[in-house]
Amino acid sequence: MGEGAFRALPPYASPTDVEASSFTPSLPAPAARPLAAIRRFSGRWGLVIALLALPVYYGIRDLTHGYQAGVVAGHAVVHHDLTRLGFNFAQGLSNGAIWALIAIGYTLVYGIIELINFAHGDVFMIGSMTSVGLWGTLGLGLTTGPLGLILGLVLTLLVSMLVCGSLNVLIERVAYRPLRGAPKLAPLITAVGFSFILQNVGLLWNGGSPFGVNDLIHQGQTVFHIFGVPIVRGYLLALAVMVPLVFGLGWFIGSTRAGRAMRATAQDPEAARLMGINVNQTISLTFLLGGMLAGAAGLVYALYETNVWYFQGFKAGLIAFTAAVMGGIGNVRGAVLGGLIIGVIQALSDARMGPQWTEAVVFGYLIVIMILRPRGLLGEETREAG
Amino acid sequence: MSAPETTDRPSQAEAFGELRALTREWRAAIDRRLPPWWSRGVAGALLVIGILLPFLFPTNNGFMNATIIALAFAVMSLGLNVVVGFAGLLDLGYVAFYAIGAYSLGWFGSDFFFKAHLHIGVHGVAATEAGIHLNFILILICAAIICGIAGMIIGLPTLRLRGDYIAIVTLAFGEIIGVLAVNGQSVSLGGGQTLTAGNLGISAVDAPYFPGIGQFDLLNLRPWYWLIFAILLVVVGVNLRLRDSRLGRAWIALREDEVAAVSMGIPSVRTKLSAYAIGAMFGGMSGAFLGAYYTTVNAGQFQFGFSIFILAMVIIGGLGSIWGALLGGLLLGYINNWLIPDVLNNVPSKLGLNFSMTEIEYGIFGFLLVLVMLLRPQGLIPERRRKLELTSEIAPEDAQLVESTAP
Repeated sequence: MGEGAFRALPPYASPTDVEASSFTPSLPAPAARPLAAIRRFSGRWGLVIALLALPVYYGIRDLTHGYQAGVVAGHAVVHHDLTRLGFNFAQGLSNGAIWALIAIGYTLVYGIIELINFAHGDVFMIGSMTSVGLWGTLGLGLTTGPLGLILGLVLTLLVSMLVCGSLNVLIERVAYRPLRGAPKLAPLITAVGFSFILQNVGLLWNGGSPFGVNDLIHQGQTVFHIFGVPIVRGYLLALAVMVPLVFGLGWFIGSTRAGRAMRATAQDPEAARLMGINVNQTISLTFLLGGMLAGAAGLVYALYETNVWYFQGFKAGLIAFTAAVMGGIGNVRGAVLGGLIIGVIQALSDARMGPQWTEAVVFGYLIVIMILRPRGLLGEETREAG
Repeated sequence: MSAPETTDRPSQAEAFGELRALTREWRAAIDRRLPPWWSRGVAGALLVIGILLPFLFPTNNGFMNATIIALAFAVMSLGLNVVVGFAGLLDLGYVAFYAIGAYSLGWFGSDFFFKAHLHIGVHGVAATEAGIHLNFILILICAAIICGIAGMIIGLPTLRLRGDYIAIVTLAFGEIIGVLAVNGQSVSLGGGQTLTAGNLGISAVDAPYFPGIGQFDLLNLRPWYWLIFAILLVVVGVNLRLRDSRLGRAWIALREDEVAAVSMGIPSVRTKLSAYAIGAMFGGMSGAFLGAYYTTVNAGQFQFGFSIFILAMVIIGGLGSIWGALLGGLLLGYINNWLIPDVLNNVPSKLGLNFSMTEIEYGIFGFLLVLVMLLRPQGLIPERRRKLELTSEIAPEDAQLVESTAP
């Protein structure tokens, strides 16, 4: 900014006005503006710092204060190492695998029609209930042999995915498609409406309290240890279902014709339509994929938690939505990352603060994300969260 | 999201258009024949009916009970209407203000703070017991102030956000308040004093007392009815004045186009925060009343479903419409407290089904929400401005204007 520019301004402009009016983003922030520098710093690193705060705090606490690892001959055994933290991480990552599968459903739908599909968590719940119902029909029990168990569970997985996928497509067809041109509030409200309807379907199906199911895979059985952290069957199952599905989805979206249509529709539905893409069909496909992943998550949840409840979908939905927002909504890799992170936060909070506070901790993080970095870890700026 | 495809069904649309034109003609004809003071007359008649209604029923009757709760819900619905309807900020955590209002009553109108001794304008047992005991009017004022501040705090992180993201942040706050209410029993304020009484509930809260009227009790519901009716009248009056005020027009301008409104000089932050605060104040007042009426402040009352229940009232009534929010609140209040539990509860078992209607009431509300959004998105009594937006054709008087100005 030269002197000429300064003189050209009207006489009543104060020097601060000049600075504000001729701001160019390429210039480095002047040292006189610490607030802006802080804001930029918190925008870039604030969320990362907030996310690291919890594990770092508890890690240091474990090392300095120690924790009670067990009781031998009436004396508490106190350890000063990171094994407990590692245990929290293992549990959190496997929990997170389930949240990641659900979060992908949110992120896919949001990416393509910018709608928070509130009913998605309840579709996941229906997936759990379908799986449990199908085991009963197939006669899978604690005494079933390994081969029968694997075949039965694969069949259950496929049926559950199919049921949830079709349910999601149906909901889109009935509740969201007629409101395509309406104000954005309208489909959000029908989504909430459908969430309640599905919850009541679950309530009538399996009753109003958590319903214990057979621990078919003996999920608590330790398979091996990593650095003293026991890895149990449940963790391996969660990862074994999540990883191939996520890679399969990545391949589908990245390499197939239908996946390309999905990406095009997400970018610009109108242009995609002009290019000959059947937009409605593509949106239905997106809901089908999201629902299928939720169905898979439903089966894993039932095997892993060994109980199902009509209200599980509400909580899972909110956690998974937080995960999707954390990763950057609309971004599949972000949803997986966010799911795993939220899983770890949840496990830490469950183990250290008590499960009754977990919901508040997760939502506290959601608010922190919204304040510090509304576009999430891997997300782009969107119109909504600019 | 723009509409990628519109399904045109010309014959049906035409038929609807004709029907709409016909009803508009009839309405105009009716309006011409009515005297100019008829709307004031109807309002006066409703007021008189409202005041005299308790004399038609016994003093302690299920329908009166439902009416009182429905009126309290209508107050909340009017409060949420300020936030969602006027300012267009989708608030999914309104239950937080119900909770805070109810806890204001629990804190300032019971022996919960057993170490304190503060008695202002109370009577009978409440004037001698330990704890803070304020007169009900003071509690209402406290509830309104605390909720107003809480509303602004909840509003702060949403200022930079739009649309769905606001919904999520408010939802998160609502849930955090709910978790706090449940776990408040383990939050110590020092000296054995906790924040809330959790799921046990703060019971034995003071019944309202007014000099000259006496102590309220649940055997005679009439004073309760008149109290909540008076609160409702005040809230409706405030709402009507606010809607036509400078602030009300600023809310609507922000709702319609934020960028345009801000560039016209509307202070976005102050306007939005005042919407949150005022909406929250009404919710808090109603919450304090309901706490007193239920005689307990229990953490189990403050579920996410309640936020949606109040939102459903606003939407079914008509977003942004005061009379709509009032009607929606009364309608769902009666459905929830009278029609489902008293009238229809046994219908499924009579049909041989193994559940009662109260179990699936949220499913019924969800179904109503979907149905209203699909069939009548503008609500039962739509706001005039929104109706114009949703019906794409030009009203006949505007069409005449266009014709008369054309050369």
